[in-house]
Amino acid sequence: MDFDIFIHILVAAIAAGTPFVYAALGELVTEKSGVLNLGVEGMMLVGAISGFIAMTKTGSLLVAVLCGMSAGALMACIFAVLTLTLMANQVASGLALTIFGVGLSAFLGLKYTSIALPGVKELHIPVLSDIPVIGQLLFSHDILIYSSFVLFAAVSWFLYKTKAGLILRGIGEAPKSAHALGYNVIKIRYLAVLFGGAMAGLGGAYLSVAYTPMWVEGMVAGRGWVSLALVVFATWRPARVMAGAYLFGGITIAQFHVQGFGIEIPSQLLSMLPYIATIVVLVLISRDQNTIRLNSPASLGITYHPDNQ
Amino acid sequence: MAITKKHVLSVFILLACVAGFSLSASAGDKLKVGFVYISPIGDAGWTYQHDLGRLALEKNLGDKIETKFIEGVPEGPEAERVIRDLAKSGHDLIFTTSFGYMNPTLKVAKMFPKKHFEHSTGYKTAKNVGTYMCRFYEGRYLTGIVAGKMTKSNILGYVAAFPIPEVIRGINAFTLGARSVNPDIKVKVIWVNSWFDPGKEREASEALITQGADVITHHTDSTAAVLTAEEKGVYAIAYHSDMSKYGPKAHLTAATHVYGDFYTKTTQAVLDKTWKPEAVWSGIKEGSIELAPFNPAVPADVVALVEKTKKGIADGSFHPFHGPIKDQSGKVVVEAGKSLTDKDLLGMNYYVEGVLGNIPK
Amino acid sequence: MFIKIEPRPEPSRAMKYLSPLLAAALMLVSGLIIFTLLGKNPASAFHAFFIEPVNDLYGIGELFIKASPLMLIGTGLAVGFRASIWNIGAEGQLAIGAILGGYIAIIFNDSSGFFILPLMILAGAVGGILWASIPAFLKTVFNANEILVSLMLNYVAILLLAMLVHGPLRDPNGYGFPQSVLFADSAILPVLLEGTRLHLGVFLSLAGVVVGWVFLLKSFTGYQIQVAGLAQKAATYAGYKYKKLIWIGLLSGGVTAGIAGVLEIAGPIGQLLPSVSPGYGYAAIIVAFVGRLHPGGIFLSSLLMALLYLGGESGQMNLDLPSAVTGIFQGLLLFYLLAADFLINYRIRLNTLQQEAD
Repeated sequence: MDFDIFIHILVAAIAAGTPFVYAALGELVTEKSGVLNLGVEGMMLVGAISGFIAMTKTGSLLVAVLCGMSAGALMACIFAVLTLTLMANQVASGLALTIFGVGLSAFLGLKYTSIALPGVKELHIPVLSDIPVIGQLLFSHDILIYSSFVLFAAVSWFLYKTKAGLILRGIGEAPKSAHALGYNVIKIRYLAVLFGGAMAGLGGAYLSVAYTPMWVEGMVAGRGWVSLALVVFATWRPARVMAGAYLFGGITIAQFHVQGFGIEIPSQLLSMLPYIATIVVLVLISRDQNTIRLNSPASLGITYHPDNQ
Repeated sequence: MAITKKHVLSVFILLACVAGFSLSASAGDKLKVGFVYISPIGDAGWTYQHDLGRLALEKNLGDKIETKFIEGVPEGPEAERVIRDLAKSGHDLIFTTSFGYMNPTLKVAKMFPKKHFEHSTGYKTAKNVGTYMCRFYEGRYLTGIVAGKMTKSNILGYVAAFPIPEVIRGINAFTLGARSVNPDIKVKVIWVNSWFDPGKEREASEALITQGADVITHHTDSTAAVLTAEEKGVYAIAYHSDMSKYGPKAHLTAATHVYGDFYTKTTQAVLDKTWKPEAVWSGIKEGSIELAPFNPAVPADVVALVEKTKKGIADGSFHPFHGPIKDQSGKVVVEAGKSLTDKDLLGMNYYVEGVLGNIPK
Repeated sequence: MFIKIEPRPEPSRAMKYLSPLLAAALMLVSGLIIFTLLGKNPASAFHAFFIEPVNDLYGIGELFIKASPLMLIGTGLAVGFRASIWNIGAEGQLAIGAILGGYIAIIFNDSSGFFILPLMILAGAVGGILWASIPAFLKTVFNANEILVSLMLNYVAILLLAMLVHGPLRDPNGYGFPQSVLFADSAILPVLLEGTRLHLGVFLSLAGVVVGWVFLLKSFTGYQIQVAGLAQKAATYAGYKYKKLIWIGLLSGGVTAGIAGVLEIAGPIGQLLPSVSPGYGYAAIIVAFVGRLHPGGIFLSSLLMALLYLGGESGQMNLDLPSAVTGIFQGLLLFYLLAADFLINYRIRLNTLQQEAD
């Protein structure tokens, strides 16, 4: 394998990993507040079709992105009402959200399967993109990839450098104590869930507007589930989410390249690789009780309501 | 009232089935024709082509028939129920359009001996079950010629779904077509293990392009390969449907399937009571395989060569799998002067010379 | 006026039964809106969706065939869910069960004997248990999150099944198509009711639900599970072996999913295919919750879920409703059911401003 192809794999891995970055960073914030939303796949699909419809109607990437985000947030809102206000089980509500999202997106998209979009142009950042290797890797993408870098920085900064982030993490650790300190646990969790939905919607819109600019039913094809996995895989750390997203994208791309070179490995075995790798890494980092305890929100998935204590 | 009538009717039909005979659709004077689709119709791809056929049938025989389709029916127990419901609700002719519907179709056909069933891409027929399939490989061979003439790098890319004979036949025909005009050509194949995952199809196309392929084609169901080729500035040859609007510059042509004539002919035969269960394998000769309009970038002499070959296939003077054909190891699998038989074609499980890589086991 | 939520002193018995009815009423209203928006006559749409599929014996048989894996797996999963053990890997456990059970059917394809079916079911159970013991082992030994491990293993199992059916388990005379031989009669569950597809497996699933009921509500282990689920720490302090409960919680889902896989291939399918389940493993999770983790409730909710699937097909057939409507309908109904459960433990009071002061 020559060096150029290696760089190509890395560049392609960043693009392939971007939907994961959006959806997983969003879910990370949701989970940090102690809420587990398994409906990422459904939210991504509804975000994808909404972004696509907006793009065909207006031709504006900004409007498309905003619509995708709003649609994802609306979906998340259903989940939030169910689990936060009405205290329904989070696992079941999340799965129901995915079923609903699959149906709703297919329904909304009935009239949009025949439209071809031009896609989003790559934006080569002057000077920086001319730097060998690094320029290609980091500064020759489309705008939605750059904004995913920004999102990463923002989420890291928010969670670890701001008071609001500290409160959010505190609520995920011990909602009762946070409530006792006077914080509105339910309200903050609502915001975290809505943010997660908006990011999943944006990840979906990235797929339908930029990555494969088209709409077809079920086009998210399991990426929502992978995003969920990535959050845990990353032990709820934004930097590890990024690494995991690109690793996951990279393994898929590398797997295709290996096939293209005619190396004989059964392709189904290759397709299993990312999932097995996730399990292995998970075992390695979970083995140490402290790592998990340090990172995992203690109240994750547990229903909480102040009136109920 | 209506409900009660329906109830009575359905109980009556049920009793009739249990007793071992079935009712013909005596109520309506129009013949009811049912279609079972594996995926939503969409705008391109396998099911879309079948639905174009259904629409053509309606256009041709609209005053004598009515059609009904059920889309997105999974293979397995679901299919049996849907096919049975179609038969039960008075559909006299039912087209089941995916390989996995084979055994369900046969089971239902046994329960409804007076109804007519046509199953696409299978290999089992029965007293009231016929099969039909297009000679997809003929279109593949022709598009291979186009790809072979248009490539500069001599590397062609092929995004493939699952290693079944139908897909392997396509890869081989494409390779033979390309190498008939340019013996230096290599075909790289990437298996994505999915009929339908636009993201993966894009990633596989990109990998092929990175590895030097400047013409790519696909045996998957979405338009992602064509979109990716357009974006990366290489050529693409589409499959199933004309996908030129997804890649105006990239789209050279497409090997498309045309079912309208077959559906019309078969339905007419049922109307005339001359229908027989047959294993129909139709190709360019019968108009079942067509090429989409050529991209202006394809030179006239290439178009002429393709048209000439197409004519040869149509009149039987030319067979895409004519000898000598060597497999990957250089062993002659078809001797000069001979062609592969249909039976050999149906079970094809090796790559011909010029394809890189191995068939996943 | 403010809306205030307050816990009931004890769960409302009336609401336990009223809340599903409330959910159904809400869904009827939503259906009315959706069908009217689609330009369909709501009455005939409802008829097509909910009556047409089960208006004859065959239809009722289909309802039970569709519900059978859901109720069996749902019961098995409920055991774990009650202890807050989240096995969402039933889809993969089902696939592995089908592989092992199908393998038995394939090697005994030329012989006949009463032992073949029981052996297949045993093999399926072993397969489900093996696959479920991976997350159980990784959770108990390495503390690995079972939600993630079991979810990842779904993909691995489904690919494994596809790989085997594309390769070694393929019918050698099948022109290379990815499916196994058709099973011999002695590897097929007998149809019990002439004119339907209702087979022995449906009754085995029903039996499984009863076993689950006895285990959960009548046994000491069932009680321990309940306690563990309510307060994981309390259970540990009380001396219950939490690790043992993890194993029980995960394996009960595994064993039922594995058996359900065999019942599918030896029942309505009759051979191994690259995919043997249209998502039963996931749907069963919702069935378990909608049934409130109680085997009786799971039985009813599996029938409801099955009816929605059949209704979607019937709606397409009779009214040209797009297939996408099924998903919307299922999602909405589940939302309403999950939401209405709230009324069992809470009541909503409209307060005046004064009372709000506290």
